[in-house]
Amino acid sequence: MFTLLVVTAVAVVRMRSLFAVAMLSGVFSLVSALLFVTLDAVDVAFTEAAVGAGISTVLVLGTLALTSRFEKPSTHSPILPLFVVIVTGAALIYGTLDMPNFGSADSPTQTHVAAAYLENSVEDIDLPNVVTAILASYRGYDTLGETAVVFAAGIGVLLLISGLHRRRKDENDEESGED
Amino acid sequence: MRHHLILRVVTKLLVGTIMLFAFYVQFHGDFSPGGGFQAGVIMAAAFIIYGIVFSLGTVQKVFPPWLVHKLIALGVLLYAGTGIVSMFLGYAYLDYGAFTPDHPSHGQHYGIFVVELGVGITVTGVMVAIYYAFAGRPPRMSDEEW
Repeated sequence: MFTLLVVTAVAVVRMRSLFAVAMLSGVFSLVSALLFVTLDAVDVAFTEAAVGAGISTVLVLGTLALTSRFEKPSTHSPILPLFVVIVTGAALIYGTLDMPNFGSADSPTQTHVAAAYLENSVEDIDLPNVVTAILASYRGYDTLGETAVVFAAGIGVLLLISGLHRRRKDENDEESGED
Repeated sequence: MRHHLILRVVTKLLVGTIMLFAFYVQFHGDFSPGGGFQAGVIMAAAFIIYGIVFSLGTVQKVFPPWLVHKLIALGVLLYAGTGIVSMFLGYAYLDYGAFTPDHPSHGQHYGIFVVELGVGITVTGVMVAIYYAFAGRPPRMSDEEW
């Protein structure tokens, strides 16, 4: 599964046709959703499949329709960006060396509040889906913040895009008025 | 997409099912995987498919932009309002035990239900609004160029 993910990522980088890239990023999201399912994170997989593979592909295609279909060949040398990427990647890999092994019992995720949530949620909230219990009740403030972020993002996009649209329309109206 | 007969028929069949599934994910999220975020996105996907296959004008007749914009704010208000109601009942902000003081876990159920509904409404609204914003601009490419 992970190999498939890497293959898709490499293909995305190598492609020139942006239409194929948009489709492959959808495939990438779908494969990562499957990866989440095998890791038993069904809620996350759900979101990834719906947002990553569904909506964002549609939005990217919508953007493509507004711009052009093929990537412009880059004009500057790739050495500096490559250097930055390699250094960042090396730093990230160095950072993972200190992380606990996958699924180890004494990692912070297992020993911190998660255990308390799992123990008490049956008594406190009595819902079979602990993810929902944690998301909406124990971590209610965080989810409120998340909703506010989604709200703000939506308002931002609306202001940017429809504002521009209106200005263009006004300009067109003026031009046609002058003619 | 006026000539894609199969797409149009299949879409008509599917849109209802997708919406039903969105409601299932929304209201059954307490018992199975899912919740407001996922349901909101699935619901928005139903409208977006409808918009792609038929036309932006058709979907905006069903779900007009002014309604979408109101829904974006309504969801957040529903969420924040739940917290304020629990404050008025003498509990902490967003303490859902306030709704049924003699049986706190029932109150939690109601609270989570309302809050997830708020999340779902906002996410649906934002996704559909972003789609409208993108699709509403005149495209520079004609259909044949794809």
